[in-house]
Amino acid sequence: MKNPLDSLTGTVIAGLVITALHIFYMINMSGG
Amino acid sequence: MEYFDNNWLVFMFRWLHVLSGVMWIGLLWYFNFVQTPSMAKIADEHKPAVTKHIAPEALFWFRWAALSTVITGLIVAQMSGYVESALALGLTDGVPKNAAIGFGMWLGLIMAANVWFIIWPNQKKVLGMVEVAADEKAKAARTAALASRTNTMLSIPMLYAMISAHNLY
Repeated sequence: MKNPLDSLTGTVIAGLVITALHIFYMINMSGG
Repeated sequence: MEYFDNNWLVFMFRWLHVLSGVMWIGLLWYFNFVQTPSMAKIADEHKPAVTKHIAPEALFWFRWAALSTVITGLIVAQMSGYVESALALGLTDGVPKNAAIGFGMWLGLIMAANVWFIIWPNQKKVLGMVEVAADEKAKAARTAALASRTNTMLSIPMLYAMISAHNLY
Protein backbone atom coordinates (compact mmCIF):
# COMPACT_ATOMS: atom_id res chain seq x y z
CA MET A 1 0.00 0.00 0.00
CA LYS A 2 1.28 3.44 -0.91
CA ASN A 3 2.13 5.76 1.98
CA PRO A 4 -0.46 8.60 1.94
CA LEU A 5 2.29 10.99 3.08
CA ASP A 6 4.06 10.52 -0.27
CA SER A 7 1.49 12.85 -1.86
CA LEU A 8 0.46 16.30 -0.70
CA THR A 9 -3.21 15.45 -1.27
CA GLY A 10 -2.87 12.34 0.88
CA THR A 11 -1.13 14.39 3.57
CA VAL A 12 -3.92 16.99 3.67
CA ILE A 13 -6.65 14.30 3.68
CA ALA A 14 -4.89 12.48 6.54
CA GLY A 15 -4.74 15.80 8.41
CA LEU A 16 -8.46 16.35 7.88
CA VAL A 17 -9.23 12.80 9.11
CA ILE A 18 -7.31 13.48 12.36
CA THR A 19 -9.19 16.79 12.65
CA ALA A 20 -12.50 14.90 12.30
CA LEU A 21 -11.42 12.47 15.06
CA HIS A 22 -10.62 15.46 17.28
CA ILE A 23 -14.05 17.00 16.56
CA PHE A 24 -15.67 13.64 17.39
CA TYR A 25 -13.82 13.57 20.73
CA MET A 26 -14.86 17.15 21.49
CA ILE A 27 -18.54 16.49 20.63
CA ASN A 28 -18.58 13.51 22.99
CA MET A 29 -16.75 15.40 25.70
CA SER A 30 -18.63 18.67 25.67
CA GLY A 31 -22.01 17.42 24.50
CA GLY A 32 -21.95 19.62 21.43
CA MET B 1 -7.59 47.21 29.99
CA GLU B 2 -4.33 48.02 31.74
CA TYR B 3 -0.98 48.01 30.04
CA PHE B 4 1.89 46.13 31.72
CA ASP B 5 -0.38 44.10 33.99
CA ASN B 6 -0.58 40.28 34.00
CA ASN B 7 -3.20 40.08 31.23
CA TRP B 8 -1.10 42.31 29.00
CA LEU B 9 1.99 40.17 29.68
CA VAL B 10 0.08 36.98 28.77
CA PHE B 11 -1.09 38.70 25.60
CA MET B 12 2.49 39.71 24.72
CA PHE B 13 3.64 36.10 25.06
CA ARG B 14 0.63 34.97 22.98
CA TRP B 15 1.59 37.53 20.31
CA LEU B 16 5.18 36.19 20.29
CA HIS B 17 3.74 32.65 20.19
CA VAL B 18 1.70 33.45 17.06
CA LEU B 19 4.63 35.28 15.41
CA SER B 20 6.91 32.29 16.04
CA GLY B 21 4.21 29.86 14.95
CA VAL B 22 3.61 31.68 11.66
CA MET B 23 7.37 31.59 10.97
CA TRP B 24 7.55 27.87 11.84
CA ILE B 25 4.46 26.59 10.03
CA GLY B 26 5.00 29.01 7.14
CA LEU B 27 8.44 27.50 6.53
CA LEU B 28 7.09 23.96 7.07
CA TRP B 29 4.52 24.57 4.34
CA TYR B 30 7.18 26.23 2.15
CA PHE B 31 9.26 23.04 2.38
CA ASN B 32 6.31 20.74 1.68
CA PHE B 33 4.22 22.74 -0.79
CA VAL B 34 6.99 24.62 -2.64
CA GLN B 35 10.60 23.47 -2.22
CA THR B 36 10.29 19.66 -2.24
CA PRO B 37 7.90 19.46 -5.25
CA SER B 38 10.12 21.96 -7.13
CA MET B 39 13.40 20.08 -6.64
CA ALA B 40 12.53 17.44 -9.25
CA LYS B 41 12.01 20.21 -11.84
CA ILE B 42 15.31 22.03 -11.14
CA ALA B 43 18.33 21.20 -13.30
CA ASP B 44 21.12 19.39 -11.42
CA GLU B 45 23.58 22.26 -11.83
CA HIS B 46 21.12 24.65 -10.15
CA LYS B 47 20.19 22.37 -7.24
CA PRO B 48 23.08 23.58 -5.02
CA ALA B 49 21.43 27.03 -4.92
CA VAL B 50 18.69 25.37 -2.90
CA THR B 51 20.66 22.73 -0.98
CA LYS B 52 23.66 24.92 -0.13
CA HIS B 53 22.00 28.30 0.38
CA ILE B 54 18.21 28.44 0.66
CA ALA B 55 17.51 25.20 2.58
CA PRO B 56 20.13 25.75 5.34
CA GLU B 57 18.89 29.31 5.90
CA ALA B 58 15.24 28.20 5.91
CA LEU B 59 16.06 25.33 8.30
CA PHE B 60 17.77 27.76 10.69
CA TRP B 61 14.65 29.92 11.07
CA PHE B 62 12.42 26.82 10.94
CA ARG B 63 13.94 24.98 13.92
CA TRP B 64 14.44 28.04 16.14
CA ALA B 65 10.91 29.27 15.39
CA ALA B 66 9.66 25.80 16.40
CA LEU B 67 11.45 26.05 19.74
CA SER B 68 10.29 29.63 20.29
CA THR B 69 6.69 28.62 19.52
CA VAL B 70 6.79 25.84 22.12
CA ILE B 71 8.44 27.94 24.83
CA THR B 72 6.15 30.97 24.41
CA GLY B 73 3.11 28.65 24.19
CA LEU B 74 3.99 26.87 27.42
CA ILE B 75 4.55 30.25 29.12
CA VAL B 76 1.07 31.40 27.99
CA ALA B 77 -0.52 28.16 29.25
CA GLN B 78 1.32 28.34 32.58
CA MET B 79 0.52 32.04 33.13
CA SER B 80 -3.13 31.41 32.22
CA GLY B 81 -3.35 28.55 34.71
CA TYR B 82 -4.50 25.79 32.35
CA VAL B 83 -1.26 24.00 31.50
CA GLU B 84 -1.94 20.85 33.60
CA SER B 85 -5.60 20.57 32.60
CA ALA B 86 -4.74 21.10 28.93
CA LEU B 87 -1.93 18.53 28.89
CA ALA B 88 -4.38 16.08 30.52
CA LEU B 89 -6.72 16.83 27.57
CA GLY B 90 -9.34 18.21 29.95
CA LEU B 91 -9.89 14.78 31.51
CA THR B 92 -8.98 16.01 35.00
CA ASP B 93 -11.53 18.85 35.10
CA GLY B 94 -13.82 18.25 32.10
CA VAL B 95 -13.29 21.74 30.67
CA PRO B 96 -13.75 21.52 26.84
CA LYS B 97 -11.68 24.67 26.18
CA ASN B 98 -8.70 23.10 27.96
CA ALA B 99 -9.18 19.79 26.13
CA ALA B 100 -9.16 21.60 22.79
CA ILE B 101 -6.04 23.65 23.49
CA GLY B 102 -4.46 20.53 25.02
CA PHE B 103 -4.85 18.61 21.77
CA GLY B 104 -3.15 21.49 19.99
CA MET B 105 -0.38 21.55 22.58
CA TRP B 106 0.36 17.82 22.29
CA LEU B 107 0.35 17.96 18.50
CA GLY B 108 2.65 21.00 18.62
CA LEU B 109 5.00 19.25 21.07
CA ILE B 110 5.14 16.14 18.87
CA MET B 111 5.82 18.35 15.84
CA ALA B 112 8.60 20.30 17.61
CA ALA B 113 10.21 17.02 18.73
CA ASN B 114 10.02 15.87 15.11
CA VAL B 115 11.81 19.05 14.02
CA TRP B 116 14.65 18.87 16.53
CA PHE B 117 15.17 15.10 16.90
CA ILE B 118 14.29 13.73 13.45
CA ILE B 119 14.13 16.38 10.71
CA TRP B 120 17.16 18.49 11.69
CA PRO B 121 19.66 15.65 12.41
CA ASN B 122 18.69 13.95 9.13
CA GLN B 123 18.72 17.17 7.11
CA LYS B 124 22.30 17.80 8.28
CA LYS B 125 23.25 14.53 6.56
CA VAL B 126 21.19 15.33 3.44
CA LEU B 127 22.66 18.82 3.02
CA GLY B 128 26.24 17.67 3.62
CA MET B 129 26.71 19.45 6.96
CA VAL B 130 27.54 15.98 8.33
CA GLU B 131 29.51 13.67 6.02
CA VAL B 132 27.87 10.26 5.53
CA ALA B 133 27.91 7.47 2.93
CA ALA B 134 25.56 7.79 -0.08
CA ASP B 135 23.16 5.07 1.11
CA GLU B 136 22.89 6.62 4.56
CA LYS B 137 22.24 10.01 2.92
CA ALA B 138 19.37 8.53 0.89
CA LYS B 139 17.93 6.94 4.02
CA ALA B 140 18.23 10.24 5.92
CA ALA B 141 16.43 12.07 3.07
CA ARG B 142 13.52 9.61 3.22
CA THR B 143 13.27 9.85 7.03
CA ALA B 144 13.41 13.66 7.00
CA ALA B 145 10.84 13.87 4.20
CA LEU B 146 8.37 11.59 5.99
CA ALA B 147 8.81 13.45 9.30
CA SER B 148 8.23 16.75 7.49
CA ARG B 149 5.10 15.37 5.81
CA THR B 150 3.93 14.05 9.18
CA ASN B 151 4.25 17.55 10.60
CA THR B 152 2.34 19.01 7.64
CA MET B 153 -0.43 16.48 8.32
CA LEU B 154 -0.45 17.28 12.05
CA SER B 155 -0.43 21.05 11.47
CA ILE B 156 -4.04 20.83 10.20
CA PRO B 157 -5.65 19.38 13.39
CA MET B 158 -3.13 21.32 15.54
CA LEU B 159 -4.34 24.67 14.20
CA TYR B 160 -7.98 23.56 14.35
CA ALA B 161 -7.58 22.56 18.01
CA MET B 162 -5.68 25.72 18.99
CA ILE B 163 -7.98 28.19 17.23
CA SER B 164 -11.20 26.37 18.19
CA ALA B 165 -10.20 26.59 21.86
CA HIS B 166 -10.43 30.38 21.57
CA ASN B 167 -13.52 30.51 19.37
CA LEU B 168 -15.82 27.53 19.97
CA TYR B 169 -15.65 26.84 23.71
